[in-house]
Amino acid sequence: MSGVGIVSAQRAHFDQPLDLKGGSVLPAFDLVYETYGTLNAARSNAILVCHALSGHHHVAGRTADNPANVGWWDNIVGPGRPLDTDRFFIVGVNNLGGCHGSTGPASPNPATGKPWGADFPVVTVEDWVDSQARLADHLGIDVWAAVMGGSLGGMQALQWTLSFPDRIRHALVIAGAPKLSAENIAFNDVARQAILTDPDFHGGHFYEHGVRPLRGLRLARMLGHITYLSDDQMAEKFGRRLRTGAGSYGFDVEFEIESYLRYQGDKFAGVFDANTYLRMTKALDYFDPAQDFDDDLARALARARAKFLVIAFSTDWRFTPERSREIVHAMVHNGQAVAYAEIDSAHGHDSFLMDEPHYHAVVDSYLKRVTL
Amino acid sequence: MSQPLERVDFDLIASWVQPGERVLDLGCGDGSLLKRLIEERGARGYGVELEDTEVLAAIRNGINVIQGDLEQGLSGFDDQTFNHVVLSRTLQTVRHTERILGEMLRVGREAVVSFPNFAYWKNRMAIMAGRMPVSEDLPYEWFDTPNLRFFTLLDFEALCARMNLVIRERQVLDDAGRLVTEEPNFLGSLAVYRLGR
Repeated sequence: MSGVGIVSAQRAHFDQPLDLKGGSVLPAFDLVYETYGTLNAARSNAILVCHALSGHHHVAGRTADNPANVGWWDNIVGPGRPLDTDRFFIVGVNNLGGCHGSTGPASPNPATGKPWGADFPVVTVEDWVDSQARLADHLGIDVWAAVMGGSLGGMQALQWTLSFPDRIRHALVIAGAPKLSAENIAFNDVARQAILTDPDFHGGHFYEHGVRPLRGLRLARMLGHITYLSDDQMAEKFGRRLRTGAGSYGFDVEFEIESYLRYQGDKFAGVFDANTYLRMTKALDYFDPAQDFDDDLARALARARAKFLVIAFSTDWRFTPERSREIVHAMVHNGQAVAYAEIDSAHGHDSFLMDEPHYHAVVDSYLKRVTL
Repeated sequence: MSQPLERVDFDLIASWVQPGERVLDLGCGDGSLLKRLIEERGARGYGVELEDTEVLAAIRNGINVIQGDLEQGLSGFDDQTFNHVVLSRTLQTVRHTERILGEMLRVGREAVVSFPNFAYWKNRMAIMAGRMPVSEDLPYEWFDTPNLRFFTLLDFEALCARMNLVIRERQVLDDAGRLVTEEPNFLGSLAVYRLGR
């Protein structure tokens, strides 16, 4: 089935300083983004797709230089797909602090001319939403028809309804949570420790040393990957199968799951930036809109005016359905508009990326009711 | 289930809902009742539904549907959030009868409960003839029925008394959807109750 076809990234430069939640100021920044479909005359059909920890602006389609480079959420975007490009104008953006073209730790620090490295500020979900609002201004979009995302992307959709209640009509919060649990933060910290203790990390200034903390990043990704899958799915996909058929009583790759995780770790470490990984996980850890409201989520969400679709997946143990229901019940408490679907899926947290027919039907049905 | 009867059931419930009131419909299906309460009565409604296909249909109808299992109770819903909590033709499919009734009056000020009357005379006739009843309001064969609990108006009212639930209003319909006033436990096929504490 054909999607949006060949796409190319665009770049927007913003020279107004951005005040960050952590207290520092980013004097100027670039955001790299892609768009699919056409913005209508009323500018009322725009949907922002926010990415998760390892995502980027290349949401759908293929790039001209590499036809194998398919967008990370291509299965949901395109003509006739739930995010129907015949109807909607879809925007994908690489978040600030990312490593796919937007200003981030590997970008030159204007103060020194050298890569920011460890000096790049820790950015938060709130900061991302503020920077995305600049992009909306740049594109002439006053109000998003919808902002959506899975996992950390869902947190951004939620934050949009709080930071800019009048600029978003619908929020699709998929496999999300109103904040991380202690267990979630613990996983993130082990991943960060893997990077921070890699001798090639050099306190975050590894660019100047011509090396990259590949071992740390690889371990971080392997750990993360385990938490994105479900026990059932791993059992079905890999079981206890050995690659060679017999044990060698050593520590080389033996079990299929080891091979798979090492492959995923190597692949990721080859393309991702360690400083970005540290910042993305910190943004996850810090996200907690109820914190300023005595941990009362309902009060925190009271200013949201968008309608919500919240989706969770049965086998997601990283962001469990229970966490999504916290959002739902806070909104019901407030009398706000919310629909909630709990999708039966074997794929754990990663389910939000899968082409599961019922899941896509829910998104499709919801978006069909969004007026333009 | 025949459409005309369903509408009579819904007519009664709609007449009890005032504009702006908050309604929770448990087992809301595709959201038909809520849609009507929202459009005709100006209610603010939410529904709870377990089945995937119904949740999808409710989303298509623009309903605030929350996927969940009534057997798990209504944890997460705050106390006294709703003016009316509706359980329409569903109580007989719920295993934890007392718990759901208690939960309805925890989260809502009023519980609206409708259910088929097992003591309806045609059902009694079927039993007398040696077969389990299949009717407008009990439309399933014994081997594929979703119903777990078979009870009568008198049984239900005895449970209400046991639980100290106050019956504020009772309407009883026959299998043609006509209101029944005489001998309701014999002539009534479907009962609709408004309950409070």
